[in-house]
Amino acid sequence: MTTLLKVEKITKKFGDFYANDQISFEVKKSEVLAILGENGAGKTTLMNILFGHYTPDAGNVNFEGNAIEFGNTNNAIKLGIGMVHQHFTLAENLTVLENIIIGRQSIFSMSLPKRHARVKILELSKKFGLPIDPDELVANLSVSEKQRIEILKTLFLDCKLLILDEPTAALTPQETDALFSTIRSMIETGLSVILISHKLNEILAVSDRIIVLRNGSSVGEIDAHSADRKKIAEMIVGKKIDYPQKKKIPRKSKVLSLVDVSYNKTDAPNLSKVNLDLYGGQILGIAGVAGNGQTTLAKILSGHFKPTQGKIVFNEAKSVLTSPKSFMDLGVAYIPEDRNSDGIVGDMEIWENAIMTEMDDPYLRNSLGIINKKTSFDRSENLCETYDVRMQSIKQRSRLLSGGNVQKLLLGRWLMRKPKIIIACQPTRGLDEGAIASIQNLLLKAQQNGSAIILISEDLDELLTMSDDISVMYKGMLSDPTETSSTDKLSIGLRMAGDGFL
Amino acid sequence: MIKFRLEERAKSPYWLIILSPFIAILVAIILAGILIVLAGANPFESYYQLIIGAFGSKNSFAETLARATPIILTGLAASIAFRAKFWNIGAEGQLYFGALATTFFGTGLVVLPSILMIPFMFIMGALAGGLLLLPLVLLKLYYKVDEVVTTLLLNFVVVLLVSYLLEGPWKDPMSLGWPQGKSVIDEGVLPQILSKTRLHLGFIISIFFAFSVWFILSKTVIGYRIKSVGLNAAAASHAGVPIFKTVLIVALLSGGMAGMAGVTETAGLKGYLTLDLSPGFGYAGIAVAMLANLNPIGVIFSGVFLASIYVGADAMSRAMNVPTYLADVIVALTVLCILLSLVFVNYKILFFGVKKND
Repeated sequence: MTTLLKVEKITKKFGDFYANDQISFEVKKSEVLAILGENGAGKTTLMNILFGHYTPDAGNVNFEGNAIEFGNTNNAIKLGIGMVHQHFTLAENLTVLENIIIGRQSIFSMSLPKRHARVKILELSKKFGLPIDPDELVANLSVSEKQRIEILKTLFLDCKLLILDEPTAALTPQETDALFSTIRSMIETGLSVILISHKLNEILAVSDRIIVLRNGSSVGEIDAHSADRKKIAEMIVGKKIDYPQKKKIPRKSKVLSLVDVSYNKTDAPNLSKVNLDLYGGQILGIAGVAGNGQTTLAKILSGHFKPTQGKIVFNEAKSVLTSPKSFMDLGVAYIPEDRNSDGIVGDMEIWENAIMTEMDDPYLRNSLGIINKKTSFDRSENLCETYDVRMQSIKQRSRLLSGGNVQKLLLGRWLMRKPKIIIACQPTRGLDEGAIASIQNLLLKAQQNGSAIILISEDLDELLTMSDDISVMYKGMLSDPTETSSTDKLSIGLRMAGDGFL
Repeated sequence: MIKFRLEERAKSPYWLIILSPFIAILVAIILAGILIVLAGANPFESYYQLIIGAFGSKNSFAETLARATPIILTGLAASIAFRAKFWNIGAEGQLYFGALATTFFGTGLVVLPSILMIPFMFIMGALAGGLLLLPLVLLKLYYKVDEVVTTLLLNFVVVLLVSYLLEGPWKDPMSLGWPQGKSVIDEGVLPQILSKTRLHLGFIISIFFAFSVWFILSKTVIGYRIKSVGLNAAAASHAGVPIFKTVLIVALLSGGMAGMAGVTETAGLKGYLTLDLSPGFGYAGIAVAMLANLNPIGVIFSGVFLASIYVGADAMSRAMNVPTYLADVIVALTVLCILLSLVFVNYKILFFGVKKND
C-alpha cells in the first residue's frame, strides 16, 4: 500500500510545554488510523497542525510526497485533507446544499452553482451511504444527520484523507454502526481516515492501526486487529486503571418524584408528562440521543427551569422552591453536561471555582461578606487533594485544567456538600479512560453513602455499568424504568430511536 | 505576500503586560502628532504646551485633578458594570440624575450641618443614579431587553428633562435669564482643598470610592459574584450564584457611581446645575475604564490621564492655534491603541511563508 501522509518528528511547544514532542507516523492509502490519548495528550494539537491551524516548531508533514504548508487551512483542503470537528460548523438557517457548498465560493460571487453541486452531492450520498435531503434546513436535523453533512462537505471537496474528531460522541449505537459502514465504504474507494476518539471498543471495531499518544509523545503503535482493550487503555493512561465495580445497595426511601411534568416553551426541547420516582441509594440511568429533552429535565430537577405543568415533590420539601439555590439547599447537586461553558468559570482561579457553591458558609467569609482567603485556600486544597484534582497551584487559572480534572473539581465541589440527589449530565463525556473510571468511582461511592443519582448519558456502556434502572427519553417523553439486569444495548438503542413510544 | 497569523500565548510575559499601555500611549501620541503636523504646528512644541497646560502650574494641575474627579467616578461606574458584562452606556444620564437629586435636595429643601449635608447629598445622588438604571436592568432581566440600547437612549431623555427643568420650573430666578438651577446651599458646597483653585473635596471622595470599589471587587463575596457572572454567567448560576441579585447590585453600584459624579460637579465645581454640566463625562468614563482594563485603582490614573489631555489640549490649542478637537482624537487613538495592545499581550504574531507571485 502506498503512503498517503507521512508525519515526521512534529514538535509543538506552548511556552515551555511540549504539546507534541517528535511525533512521527504514517497513514497509508485505504487505511483507518486511530489516534488515542487522554485529554491533553496532544491529539487535537496534532490534528490542528495537519489541518493548518497551527504551525509546528519542528518537523515535516508530507502529503502524497509534497510538503504541506503549515498554518494554512486552505492549502490543507486543496491538498485533500478534510476534517470534521467534534463541534459542528454548520449554518443552521441554511439548507443542507447551501451548507455544503458555501465555504468554497468567492465572497464576491453573486450566485451559487447549485445545480451542478446537487448532482455531485446526491452521487456522493449514494456512494457512501449518507442519506440526506439537500433542501432541508440544517436547523431541523438531528446530530447524526448534521454529521453526515459535515462528512459530505469534505467529500464534496474531493478529500483523500478525512480526519474525524470524536465522531461517535453523540450517536446512538445504530447510528454509530451506520457511520462505521460509511467509513468502510470510503476505505474501499481508496480514501484514508484518521479517527480521534476515546471510545476504545468502537475504535477497535473499525480501525486498522492505532497510535497512542501520552503527554505529547507517541508511546506506541498497535495493530488494531490483534489488540487487547485493557492493555491499550492502560497504555493511554500510563498506569493501571481502577475500573468501577458496581455494588447494588438496598433501596432507601423515596427522595423525589416528578408528577406529570411538562415543559412547553421555545427556549429548550420540551417535555411532555414526565413521571419519575427516585430513591436514596439508587442510580437511575436516563438514555437518549442528545436534544430529546434530557437537559430540560435536568434543569427542571435543579431549579433552573420551572415546569409549565405538573409538580416536583421532594421527600421532605416543605420549603418553597423558587431558585436553583433553594434546590441546592435541599441537597440537589447538578453536574451540567457542558462542563466548560456551564460548569467552570475558566478565567477564574481554581480556588475561586472550588468555593463557588459555598459562599454562604461562615467558615469562608465573615458576616460583612469579606472572603477569608486563608480558609478558602485550605478548603480548596482539601478538595483538590480529596478528589485528586491534579494542578500546579490552586491559584492557577481553571481553564488550564484538563477535562478530567475539571470534572473532578466540579463533582468534588458537590460531594463536599454531601448531596441527597445528584443529577449528572454526561459526566464522563469526552474524558479519557482513567478520568472516566475516577468519575464513575466517585459517583458509585456517593451512591454507597446513600445519595440518589440521576445519570443522564449517551454512553450506553456507562449506563449499563452504573445504573440500577434505566429509562429512555425520546422527544420529551420518558419511558418507565427497566432494571438494568433485564435489558441490553440493543433494546435501549431501539427505544432511543423511538421504539415503544406513542 | 507576507502572511501572518495570531496564536494565543499560554502565558503573557510580565514586562509586556506592564509596558504595553505605555507603548500604546506612545503610539497614539505619535499618530496624533501627524495630525498636529497637518494642522500646521510643530508637534513637539504642541505636546510641550499640552503638558505645561495640564501640569505646568499649581492652577493647571488643580484644574486637571478637578476635571479628573467626575471622570474617575464615571470610569468606576463603567468598570463595575463591564466586569459583570452589564453594558451600562448610560453614565451620562445617571450623572445628570445625580445632579438633579443634588439640586432637589441641596438647594434648601434639606438643611443639615456640612458634615452631614455632604454625605447626604452623595447618598441621594447615588440613589438617583442607581434608580435611573433600575427599570432598565429589570427590563434586561425579565424581558432580555438589550441594555446597550436602553441605557444609551435614556441619556438623551434625561438631558432633555434637565433642559426642561432648567428652562422651566427649576430655573433660578436670580440667574439673569441663564438656564441654570438654584445654588447649592453653603453647607452642601464641597470645600476647596487647594486654595485659589477649583480643586474640591470631590477629588478625594472619588479616590476614596476607587479604593472602595477595588475592595468590594477583590475582597468580598459580592465582588467575587460580579466577577463570576461577568466571566461565565451560566457556570456561576449552576453553582448557585444568584444572577438576578448580582446584576441588580451591579446596576445599583454602577449607576450610583455615575450619580455621584453629578454631585461632585453640581456641589463641587459649579455650585449649581447647568445644561453643560457634563461635556460627556459619562462617555469619557467608558474610555477611562477601558484604559484601566476595568481595574478600579487603574481608573484613578487613566482618569487623571484623560483629564490632563483635555485640560492640556485647551492650552495647546490657544498657544499653537490648533483645534481643541485634537484632545478627542488623542483620547480615541489611545483607547484604540490600548485595545490593540491587549491583542499583542494575549497573542503572538507568527509570520510565515513569503509567497511568490505566480
